Amino acid sequence: MSSTGQQHPISLYLKVWGLLFVLSTLSYLVDYFHFQGYLRGGLILSFMLLKAGLIVGVFMHMAWERLALIYAILLPPLALLALVGLMAAEADHTFITRLLFFR
Amino acid sequence: MNSTVSMTHPPSTPVGAVAGWRGLVTDWSSDREAFHVSWGKAMMWIFLLSDTFVFSCFLIGYMTVRVSTTVPWPNPSQVFALNVGGADVPLLLIAIMTFVLISSSGTMAMAVNCASRRDRINAAALMIATATLGETFVGMQAFEWSKLILHEGVLPWGNPMGAAQFGSAFFMITGFHGLHVTVGVIYLLTVATRLLRGRYEQTGNYQIVEIAGLYWHFVDLVWVFIFALFYLW
Repeated sequence: MSSTGQQHPISLYLKVWGLLFVLSTLSYLVDYFHFQGYLRGGLILSFMLLKAGLIVGVFMHMAWERLALIYAILLPPLALLALVGLMAAEADHTFITRLLFFR
Repeated sequence: MNSTVSMTHPPSTPVGAVAGWRGLVTDWSSDREAFHVSWGKAMMWIFLLSDTFVFSCFLIGYMTVRVSTTVPWPNPSQVFALNVGGADVPLLLIAIMTFVLISSSGTMAMAVNCASRRDRINAAALMIATATLGETFVGMQAFEWSKLILHEGVLPWGNPMGAAQFGSAFFMITGFHGLHVTVGVIYLLTVATRLLRGRYEQTGNYQIVEIAGLYWHFVDLVWVFIFALFYLW
């Protein structure tokens, strides 16, 4: 890799740009057409993760970085999934307690 | 040398090591590279990692209050609707804001591309375009906030539509994101001005544009999560 940075064709960025527009439109349409339940959640999360992957991978050049950097940046956030799980369980517990005692 | 000896007689200070504050600085900057990228880029990535944790804690806090409340959560689709020609279009302003921010990411990616070809004029122009789109985003956010506070009566401690936590989560999360966009606009304009003045001509090293780009794409990335988890959920 040269000291001036990575070199990729402009067309790649334009394609990703277009793709991000399409994915954003699709996630907007999920709300517009009032999808509900697991379908809604699944679609929103899928489009979100696809967009995040495109931004981090292509726009931030993570796809072409060395593995050491990729793991150093992408592995620690997995700890957040544990926090999501813990807090979801805690929030459910609070909700049930409130239903039992504060209504 | 066995382990007992090394325990009782710890190795003496290496030859050439400096003591005191100078020693501290020397030790921490003694040319050890783990990532084989410039220090600026590595540091920006590590900063962004820490920022990921901050934003995630806000979003997880939002999830916690939303799941645990017994009062119905206001429907974001209706709260953020925009009246166009007599009809309420759900989330219209938010959709436009999303497209503006994605476009700014696109122009930023092209600015980085120009900088890596040492085309400093186009790189600076594209960075100014990026900053303009970012400022447009902040402007629309200011409009959204004032509409919400003045017309819908949403405040951090309550609102007429439902759960009081809606306002606190909303203002905290979007406010912190808007602050990041504002800082990013200032950052981009600073680097663009330096590019135009030819500050990086001598070294020929334009990686600062790529590093500024990392920050900007991250701001866009955070918005992707806020858009999905707060506005659409």
